[in-house]
Amino acid sequence: MTNKESEKFYQEILDICLTAGRLMIEGGSEMYRVEDTMLRIARNAGIDDPRVFATPTGIFMSLDGGDMMQMKQIRDRNINLELVDRVNDLSRQFATKKINLTQLRQAILDVATNTPAFPLWLQAVGAATLSATLMVLFMDDYDWVDFPAAAVVGVLGYVFYVYFKRYTKVRFLSELVSAMLMGMAAIGIHFMFPQTIVDNILIGALMTLVPGLALTNALRDLFMGDLLSGVVRMFEATLTALALGGGVAIMIKFLGA
Amino acid sequence: MPFWLEILINIIFSYVASVGFALTINVPHRVLNLAGVSGIIGWMTYWLLAKAGSGRMLSNLMGAFIIGIMGLIFARIKKAPVTVFNIPALVPLVPGVPAYQAVRSLVNGDVDAGEAAILRVAVVTCSIALGILLSTMFTEMLNRTRKVYKNKRKRI
Repeated sequence: MTNKESEKFYQEILDICLTAGRLMIEGGSEMYRVEDTMLRIARNAGIDDPRVFATPTGIFMSLDGGDMMQMKQIRDRNINLELVDRVNDLSRQFATKKINLTQLRQAILDVATNTPAFPLWLQAVGAATLSATLMVLFMDDYDWVDFPAAAVVGVLGYVFYVYFKRYTKVRFLSELVSAMLMGMAAIGIHFMFPQTIVDNILIGALMTLVPGLALTNALRDLFMGDLLSGVVRMFEATLTALALGGGVAIMIKFLGA
Repeated sequence: MPFWLEILINIIFSYVASVGFALTINVPHRVLNLAGVSGIIGWMTYWLLAKAGSGRMLSNLMGAFIIGIMGLIFARIKKAPVTVFNIPALVPLVPGVPAYQAVRSLVNGDVDAGEAAILRVAVVTCSIALGILLSTMFTEMLNRTRKVYKNKRKRI
């Protein structure tokens, strides 16, 4: 291989690895899995000594002892576990030689351009069932009056959150506004049907936005020794929880429930 | 309400809640069902232990431990990352009630009750973390023993 050809080859591998890593972090994967997948892809492509450092806001990667080195910034971190599973699966297929490097590149670019996701109505159904059933599980007193109310408020808040997130770049603002909307809706339902309990409705509805994934991932990162990502994610989860609590608190205070 | 009906409601609702959360975070289609099953097992462990009076910390720890083990087993079966099973299953264990009570007490100006609720949230979160840590440790130990055993057999 001439010098120019090998440079092109290295560049292609760096591109594939960085895109794969970006997709996994955007999907909400643990850091050791991201680093492991990137290293695996590079080694299976025939690189001797790849090195990776991944954080929730950027990835650094070098090949063959520092001859080439690139980084990629990660702007938005959504939650989409399907992405993590797809990229993991592709790297597995590449390791067992089911697909070659060009096919892997094509497949990863394909995943990046049209991200697989459930349709919004299905997510809304998920949010409805989740908030209603969790309300019953948590309260342990089996009141069926708040059951539909929690479902309605949960769906309202979740759908509003999804739409609002597209129009703002400010982090944590969408959580705050959705929590305020949920508080307003719950208090409104209580005014219309006085036998419902505002606290029960809100406990169920807020569970749709609770940062369970961020918290679990933060703990896993901390246990695997990725202290930087663990602390950053823990702080992100805390801020999300504070935004939710603040939104509800403002509404309860104003409307006086 | 009879006890068997309570158990039935808890089983069905924990499954539905886990699958519902899985839908909102785009868990792959092929693992949706098993994520729900993992949620049932974790919640029932927590609920039965809590009913038996073993306290908040131990029941949460055991629930998270069982969820971690189930996640590792299911990940082997389905060849998927462990996270896709653990996160939906852990949702019913998240301390939503004490967190809400903390906000509620603070809004009402009752700082003492708010602090107590915040401490409760911290205890539950730490015990869930410990449960997951223990399950990771357990499987690592199991794998290591299996490897040692295999090497011994080869030498003989």
